[in-house]
Amino acid sequence: MKKEFYNIAKLVTQNSKILDVGCGNGELMKYITENISKDIRGIELSKSNVQKCVEKGLTVIEGNAEKDLKQFPDGSFDFVILSQTLQAFLDPENVLNELLRIGKKAIVSIPNFGHWKVRLHLLLKGTMPVTENLPNEWYNTPNLHMCTIKDFENYCKKRDIKINLKNLMFQNFFSELGIFILEK
Amino acid sequence: MNKFKDIKKIIVEKPLKLDCGQTIKNYPLAYETYGKLNGDRSNAIMIFHALTGDQFASGINPITKKDGWWNYALGPGKAIDTDKYFVIASNVIGGCMGSFGPSDINPETKKPYGTNFPVITINDMVNAQYNLLDYFKIEKLFSVIGGSMGGMQVLQFVSNFPNKSLTAIPIACTASHSAQNIALNELGRQSIMADRNWQDGFYEEQNKQPDKGLAVARMAAHITYLSKAGLQEKFGRKLQERDDLKFSFDADFQIESYLRYQGSVFVDRFDANSYLYITRAMDYFDLTKKFGGNLSKAFEKSNTKFFIISFTSDWLYPTSENRDIVIALNAIGKNVGFVEISSDKGHDSFLLDVPDFLNTVKYFLNTSYKEIK
Repeated sequence: MKKEFYNIAKLVTQNSKILDVGCGNGELMKYITENISKDIRGIELSKSNVQKCVEKGLTVIEGNAEKDLKQFPDGSFDFVILSQTLQAFLDPENVLNELLRIGKKAIVSIPNFGHWKVRLHLLLKGTMPVTENLPNEWYNTPNLHMCTIKDFENYCKKRDIKINLKNLMFQNFFSELGIFILEK
Repeated sequence: MNKFKDIKKIIVEKPLKLDCGQTIKNYPLAYETYGKLNGDRSNAIMIFHALTGDQFASGINPITKKDGWWNYALGPGKAIDTDKYFVIASNVIGGCMGSFGPSDINPETKKPYGTNFPVITINDMVNAQYNLLDYFKIEKLFSVIGGSMGGMQVLQFVSNFPNKSLTAIPIACTASHSAQNIALNELGRQSIMADRNWQDGFYEEQNKQPDKGLAVARMAAHITYLSKAGLQEKFGRKLQERDDLKFSFDADFQIESYLRYQGSVFVDRFDANSYLYITRAMDYFDLTKKFGGNLSKAFEKSNTKFFIISFTSDWLYPTSENRDIVIALNAIGKNVGFVEISSDKGHDSFLLDVPDFLNTVKYFLNTSYKEIK
């Protein structure tokens, strides 16, 4: 399992009610189900991923996070997880609002466009950065709204969203990925 | 009803007040079971059949000698594994496979009920079938499962008996019959009633059968169970045992011949009045009605774990209508999974060999069963 998933799993509490938005093939959900909380379900858009979740015996709802989060009532989950998908939504602001409405806490991870390798790539090569976390070219990337950890922190400040973040400048330079717990 | 003398049935003594206002009692409910009930009676599944189904879901139907309607899904080692689960299937009231229906003899007139049979609803069907839980002394079912009208019964069952089933799998169904579906059912009913042999529903006492009307109803309905792409792929414009068009109204095309065949075999196994009564029950189905249009309220008292399944090419009970049920359950924080299966086999997909569908049912049941063991 990806290191990111272990780090996310550490943030959720025992037996809490969890929604994994864009749960992919269910790898993280399976780990959480077996080790932390059975009360977890996911939303996933891709039919083949939905089948993989079903095969793992996970509760999955086939659907689109941009449209389907509105059906959940306020505060209906202790944690809502969104791993590296925020930047791919057409309207990430709306998705963030929805996450914070339906979850008491939201755990959000973003690929950090402020990482030194990304900066160096653009500075030296003068082309759009292609890295391990950002493997696509500009013409086929699903990422519509790239941001840095600092951008994300600025956004949260502006919208009065509580964010757990230490050593902003250090992280913005050295972390390829930002993982945050957000609260309204 | 001699042909039904060897099939299993219970006589339900307990009076049942039907939605139409009439009360019935001492009526027959025909059923079949598959697998073995375990010691703590925790492995029982009730499956509900669709419009033209019956209690013989698996194996060979002893009356029609044809394969059971859910042979792909139900049996040893299959999605609904009868090596593991005890499965109860019954014939709905209003049906024609041994349960109380319009061809039964009315004790007052000593003649078949015909159209004097009371109009029944999905609610009535489910309330009648509930008696089988008492009969088998089952406190709580492990699952209730059904597709199409069977799915409607699943929804009604959970609404009526909120904590009598641990899990529920409604497949390719709706919580409220649409105008299009009422229209299609009306087409079938009018076809039957237009047949001179129908005789206002009292055809049996005159030894007549409205076979033509019933066959046309089946042909029309059969088209709605398939998809345009599926039909095109299977039949296209292929001709039936001829090299060229005959410039007549014979069945030139394979699709015509196929539909005629489907109509002709159907009349041998199904009663025209049952077709009227059961389609009426489907049309009257609107689970939201009692709850001021709010479907969530139908499930408020339930802790049943749902898994809802729809099919991409099903235009009769489309994904959107299945998803409405998911939305209603999510809105009140209930446990629900949902999958739309890719298939070009139309509404009938749930009866056919569609591996993703069968796997979905299998994994959901097995995982849920592990949780209680």
